[in-house]
Amino acid sequence: MSETVRNTVLFGLMAFLIAGVVVVQGWNSALLIIAMGLISSIMALGVNLQWGFAGLFNVGIMGFVALGGLAAIIVGMPSTPGAMSAGGFIVLGALALGAATIALAIYTYRRMPPGWGRTLAMLVIIVAGFFIFRGVLDPAVDRIEDINPAQTGYLGGINPRWAEFGVDADLFMLLAWPLGGLFAAAAAWVIGKTALGLRSDYLAIATLGIAEIIIAVMKNEDWLTRGVKNVIGIPRPVPYEVTLQNDPAFVERAAGWGLSPVEASTLWVKVCYIVLFAVVLVLLMWMSQRALHSPWGRMLRAIRDNETAAEAMGKDVKARHLQVFILGSAICGIAGAMMTTMDGQLTPGTYQPLRFTFLIWVMVIVGGSGNNLGSVLGGFLIWFLWVQVEPMGLGLMNLITAGMEEGSALKEHLIESAAHMRLLTMGLVLLLVLRFSPRGLIPEK
Amino acid sequence: MDFLNALIAFANFVFIPGVAYGSQLALGALGVTLVYGILRFSNFAHGDTMAMGAMATVLITWLFQSWGISLGPLPTALLALPFGILFAIGLLLGTDRMIYRFYRVQKAKPVILVIVSLGITFIYNGLTRFVIGADDQNFFDGQRFIISAREFKASTGLPEGLSFKTTQGITIVTAIIVVAALFWFLNKTRAGKSMRAYSDNEDLALLSGINPERVVMITWIIVASLATIAGVLYGLDKSFKPFTYFQLLLPIFAAAIVGGLGNPLGAIAGGFVIAFSEVTITYAWKKVLVYLMPEPLEPSGLVQLLSTDYKFAVSFVILLIVLLFKPTGLFKGQSV
Repeated sequence: MSETVRNTVLFGLMAFLIAGVVVVQGWNSALLIIAMGLISSIMALGVNLQWGFAGLFNVGIMGFVALGGLAAIIVGMPSTPGAMSAGGFIVLGALALGAATIALAIYTYRRMPPGWGRTLAMLVIIVAGFFIFRGVLDPAVDRIEDINPAQTGYLGGINPRWAEFGVDADLFMLLAWPLGGLFAAAAAWVIGKTALGLRSDYLAIATLGIAEIIIAVMKNEDWLTRGVKNVIGIPRPVPYEVTLQNDPAFVERAAGWGLSPVEASTLWVKVCYIVLFAVVLVLLMWMSQRALHSPWGRMLRAIRDNETAAEAMGKDVKARHLQVFILGSAICGIAGAMMTTMDGQLTPGTYQPLRFTFLIWVMVIVGGSGNNLGSVLGGFLIWFLWVQVEPMGLGLMNLITAGMEEGSALKEHLIESAAHMRLLTMGLVLLLVLRFSPRGLIPEK
Repeated sequence: MDFLNALIAFANFVFIPGVAYGSQLALGALGVTLVYGILRFSNFAHGDTMAMGAMATVLITWLFQSWGISLGPLPTALLALPFGILFAIGLLLGTDRMIYRFYRVQKAKPVILVIVSLGITFIYNGLTRFVIGADDQNFFDGQRFIISAREFKASTGLPEGLSFKTTQGITIVTAIIVVAALFWFLNKTRAGKSMRAYSDNEDLALLSGINPERVVMITWIIVASLATIAGVLYGLDKSFKPFTYFQLLLPIFAAAIVGGLGNPLGAIAGGFVIAFSEVTITYAWKKVLVYLMPEPLEPSGLVQLLSTDYKFAVSFVILLIVLLFKPTGLFKGQSV
């Protein structure tokens, strides 16, 4: 079977699965799976760039995705009246002070001769800097968080559109996506600078830690993200259902499709998102394909396959690693911003490594690491499984327990725990693919 | 007098919790470091191995409790612990036979094994939730305190109370026994010496007739015991919740790396370094300082360097510092 035929068959099967969802659960679920599948594919593309192209083992995807979400609220929400003057500028100043402390410590490290003197000087700078930073930051933060804590209590964002807020489609939101990428890229630069020279296991632990820290910051720094109080009502780049239902032209068209206005509007909103996401995916896919087949892509693969040889050929391994680490993380940030935009809310408590880091890894490995098309297929397939395993597991449990007597403890326990089937399934899928088809469904050429 | 009060407050809120937490981390880090030394990969499934072992112990504890068996003042879980360990040994040996051995024979790259261990994390995590659910489970019974704050105040007449929980006492005693037994095993017995030889130089060990499969089997048995003990002690001390074990992965790895991956002594030192940094940096020092400082200098705030939610950040920053300045860890570990 030629490659094109096989890929067509695989994607055809995927389409068939989604068609099955349409039949069993209706269009709404199917469109939701497609939309989230697109976002997952983009995340998988980013990880594939790091792992498939360059062999970098990043398990901090969750952090980059969450930074994308942060960008969505900063772009989408209006600024809280009075927050900037109450303490916003001071907070920014404190952050600058913190950065300056670290810069000064690094400068000292580079300039002073090694020895106890240098260690002591750095310690003094860092400890003093930390206390000054906290001294400046804390009062300002308290003032910001005191501003109407039930509604805002945070700095808010930069969205200038006051009048139409929450009523109309707001294309300004689209800015959040590249900004999410920028945030993730900046974080990746810091991590890459410190951890990339180390061996692969250490990079894994370092990225795992950074992701946890980013989530901890987003949960606790209420002045920035409202913490666990969540930011809700982030504007959207697509029309609102209510607006559509009040639009006579739309109601008429819906009637033409044989749908009620409510049904039609929910479907239409999802279709709009899908079109937007598909545009982003196609764009990133095109760029990744170009990168893969460019001299730059060949160089990355050469480095991945034999670092020493590549270095001997005069390739700057460290710089290339940093580059590709930043690019891949930025793609994850973009996907994170897109996801928060579609959810319409930022809930820092929901970011969990199993869902946002390791699931993406399963997508990349199952799809075929090193192959962009494979990542897209993996993104769709694994997302489909992630969503559908629960109802399937429940069905299975109902079948198994059908013979048991009504109300028995075991039966209840089995049916209740069907919800946990998805982790088990994902682990099984990952292990089976690694064992029997280690190069994935669509292997690298 | 004030100095004494400060000392007691320090012991109560920093020292004793730090030692107990450090012992738990050290036991966890020992498991990680042994797998790294012998099998040469970072085992991401270690946290969930702890959860599985602890889960088995919890279930057996409940069984014993329903039979009315108890240890008096000590928690019944100690009686169930050996059975939990047996379960974990069976689990790990089964996992090795079905999954890891295939890659070992292939001589797969370490990073592939790390990804495999991620898959196993998923499965263990799913199984734990499947069997026992995702909620908090209480399985502690017996006497709560060795020294309770009230008794301490009554007997010494000091205003500051000192409490010493049974679980903390058990944790410390168990950790000392386990570590002593482990080092005796590694240094004195034939099997332990063959393990160390295999860890130092695989080819030489093979040449001198050491059976690698046997070494690997012994390693998994030890790792299963350490993981279960660490998991049960942590569960007794805090509470048993499947997800917290996954989150323990970060401080445990930090401890193992800070001490030097592959070095058992380093893992213990690393565990205490991480635990004490976490506790001291996230503790609100006001209580201690109030006794030490003269009246006008008494702090008005809590004097808490970082909120407790940032404890991961602490272990992480220490990890980064060690990695940047001493990549093989405080004690010389392996660096491949």
